[in-house]
Amino acid sequence: MEIPYTTTARPDTGLWNAKIGIWLFLASEVMLFGGLFSAYIFLRLDAAPGHWPRGLLNVPVGTMNTAILIASSVTVVLAWAALKMRQFSKYKFYMGITILCGIVFLVVKLAYEWPIKFHHFGAKITPAALEKYEPYLGNAHLREGGYEPRVEISGHLENPEALHDESIREYHIKLDAANAEPLNPDNDRPRFWPAPMSDKIAHVSKDDVQLASMYVPKHSTFFATYFTITGLHGLHVLGGVIVFIYLWLPVSARLYKRNPEQLANRVEVAGLFWHFVDLVWIFVFPLFYLL
Amino acid sequence: MDPSADLTSHAPAAHDPHHHDEHGHDHHELGWWRKYVFSTDHKVIGIQYLITGLIFLFLGFTLMMLMRWQLAYPGKALPVLGPMLNVLFGRGSMPEGIMAPDFYNSLGAMHGTIMIFLGVVPVAFAAFGNYVVPLQIGAPDMTFPKINMASYWAFFVGGIIMLISFFVPGGAAKSGWTAYTPLSVIADSGPGHHIIMNGQTLWLIGFVFLITSSLLGAVNFITTIIQLRAKGLTWMRLPFFVWAQFITAFLLLLAFPPLEAAAVMQLMDRLAATSFFMPTGLVVSGAALNISGGGSPILWQHLFWFLGHPEVYVLILPAMGIVAEILANNTRKPLWGYKSLVFAALVLGFLSFIVWAHHMWLTGMGTVVSAFFQTTTLIISIPSVIILSAFFISLWGGSIRFNTPMLFATAFLPMFGIGGLTGIPLAFNAADIYLHDTYYVIAHFHYIVAPGTIFALFAGVYFWFPKATGRMMSEFWGKVHFWPSLICMNVIFLPMFLQGMLSIHRRWYDGGQGWALSNEKVWGLSGFEWNVPISIAAWVMGLAQIPFIINFFWSIKYGKKVNDNPWEATTLEWAAPSPPPHGNFAVVPTAHRGPYEYSLPGRERDFTMQNEPIRDSDRRAYEAAAAAHD
Repeated sequence: MEIPYTTTARPDTGLWNAKIGIWLFLASEVMLFGGLFSAYIFLRLDAAPGHWPRGLLNVPVGTMNTAILIASSVTVVLAWAALKMRQFSKYKFYMGITILCGIVFLVVKLAYEWPIKFHHFGAKITPAALEKYEPYLGNAHLREGGYEPRVEISGHLENPEALHDESIREYHIKLDAANAEPLNPDNDRPRFWPAPMSDKIAHVSKDDVQLASMYVPKHSTFFATYFTITGLHGLHVLGGVIVFIYLWLPVSARLYKRNPEQLANRVEVAGLFWHFVDLVWIFVFPLFYLL
Repeated sequence: MDPSADLTSHAPAAHDPHHHDEHGHDHHELGWWRKYVFSTDHKVIGIQYLITGLIFLFLGFTLMMLMRWQLAYPGKALPVLGPMLNVLFGRGSMPEGIMAPDFYNSLGAMHGTIMIFLGVVPVAFAAFGNYVVPLQIGAPDMTFPKINMASYWAFFVGGIIMLISFFVPGGAAKSGWTAYTPLSVIADSGPGHHIIMNGQTLWLIGFVFLITSSLLGAVNFITTIIQLRAKGLTWMRLPFFVWAQFITAFLLLLAFPPLEAAAVMQLMDRLAATSFFMPTGLVVSGAALNISGGGSPILWQHLFWFLGHPEVYVLILPAMGIVAEILANNTRKPLWGYKSLVFAALVLGFLSFIVWAHHMWLTGMGTVVSAFFQTTTLIISIPSVIILSAFFISLWGGSIRFNTPMLFATAFLPMFGIGGLTGIPLAFNAADIYLHDTYYVIAHFHYIVAPGTIFALFAGVYFWFPKATGRMMSEFWGKVHFWPSLICMNVIFLPMFLQGMLSIHRRWYDGGQGWALSNEKVWGLSGFEWNVPISIAAWVMGLAQIPFIINFFWSIKYGKKVNDNPWEATTLEWAAPSPPPHGNFAVVPTAHRGPYEYSLPGRERDFTMQNEPIRDSDRRAYEAAAAAHD
């Protein structure tokens, strides 16, 4: 038994099966990420002033990752085109670059961007104690400029044991630039190049802290959405890379000899998925890094 | 004799023909596991879905039969069974045979979950869709057989996870099948609960598998219907059942993913202590939670009902498809208003995406939003009425054969009608303030799903059974199954409207006993006391399923043997052998006509199959019909 139209198009629809399949799958993916992005909108609109942090992500690194992903979207098309022209070594070259781009993206994400967050500390100050920490927060200055207030003192936690030890009553925080110089107008808005951390250490009493947390999902609805969406997106990148590696391995050479059109179709379908993954990132990048 | 010597001496002889076979043909017999368990054949997968789904349906019903004891006789020990269940489910689920409140809540939540996601959807969409759709469109199989198999096994794993959740410390999920936050986030957590192996977390993980399953199924169905239609089978020649499955697949494809997103977020809330659905300042057991807050409980409801409402049409559209096939077949005349039916179903599918917030009138989402969703909700009743009316008109003037499938199919019509019409008061947010969360709502949607959809499923089982097995199910036992089921369904659900209007709340653990005295009596019974006849009817209905179960399995082996087209039907699945072999059709069929050409003038038989070529007499008949229409 043979299923018709696996590699050749059905005349009246002009499509082979997997092409319809992948577009339908992508439609459902749109709804999946749509659900998550709608959560982003909901939570951001609902956030109390100062509780949707901005400028915490590294914009240059994000920009670089964006460029890498876009480049890989181009090379996967070149790989497909090479197959269509029956130039197999060229296909292997472009596909190799695509795989490399995907891996670099994931490495940057998992070995740099995420861990640096996990080692960063923030203590949200209770409304009653905001006045007390005004030297680190500079809310009067921000109010003047019409900016949202700062409610958090963040930086590197010098006494990490304080997180678990009830007897330690203070957090010692090596301050971020914004808390070290809260009146510096450069710190009023998010910056493109992240400002270096200061040497200043602040002592924050636990009694004044609403929630103390590393920059993990629990920290805020911002990081919750950030980690969930980039995590799910990362899984998609990983899935794409695994499929590409499969299409790059010697099995693909054997398929190429037997039925080059089928290999081209597989690359096309995987490529469509890859463009979608790219497209999701095109939304993630401005929503989390820039806005 | 040495058994090993026996084996070696026979091995070459047993191997030779097989060896020869491999070279002689391009395929060889699949092993038992590949043929019946890990099969990629759409028919086997359909039957797997059917059997698994029916088992889950009965299990979900059993949970409710237990709850009905507590509702009718709150606080009384369930004789015999009660102590046994306490051993089975443990942890004081039914101490001394008396149902504990947490166990009651688990039963309620899991009844809904199992019935909808493990029972009705798998049977209505996956089982019938898998078995019938490729046959009806004249295809050899689904477009992606391996994905089809993956779909079933994802469903199976999801179901097993749901079952396991009954036996973990704390018991199965107990926050309702809707899992409203923040209740569901704090449920089953804290001391005595494992971080993963607890009811609510397993419920969410199980859901992710079920959603994956229906996603794979939906992609497969749509692609199959677009790509593998037989030659000549144009869109407007598709049987209505195929249309119904096609639209259902789109609903599953697009409505389920937001719930998957929501499930992931609720998992994050439970496992990573995020606050997607947790508002600021939430206090539990006198202590503020150590979370960031800032989340939105309403967000969960929006995402849940964005699935939840299209899901209603996922439950009902395949049922309508089944009913349409059986009505046309047993009235021996074309389905009335085929085109209206198709377009009504399409409109229904589209509108079902913009009515979800009518489940949320009492959340305080605002009058403007409520007004919008009230309007769309009322509009969506129009296509439903078109479909139901077309079905009723189809009966008009037909010489109806009341066989078992037809009995179930005709019973569907008034049952669905009652369910639909009683929904209208709920659609108005002013009336809903009174009726919200009462037994009225339970009665309303059960009339649609239980005597509606489930009756259609039974009709489908009786109708396509001879195609799958080559044998008929017993008519007599079919009727023994039908009549008590119909009566019990109505004795169960009609009084619930009454209870609802007497303000019996749907989540009361004591069935409204605490309010019994303040209730006025209707026909000598207070709202609470009405629970007794309802419960008895539920248990009788449980017994009434036994003839079906026996009939089903008995007929597989001993049912009356029939030819390929015992119902004298017109659609393509009846052109295949019964049961159809791997690859389905001996000759690839070509469709020459519409799906319901019954009683075509000038023909010697009262049915003309879709693959029968057009004759001159047919042309004259079509012209005469067109002229009469003008």
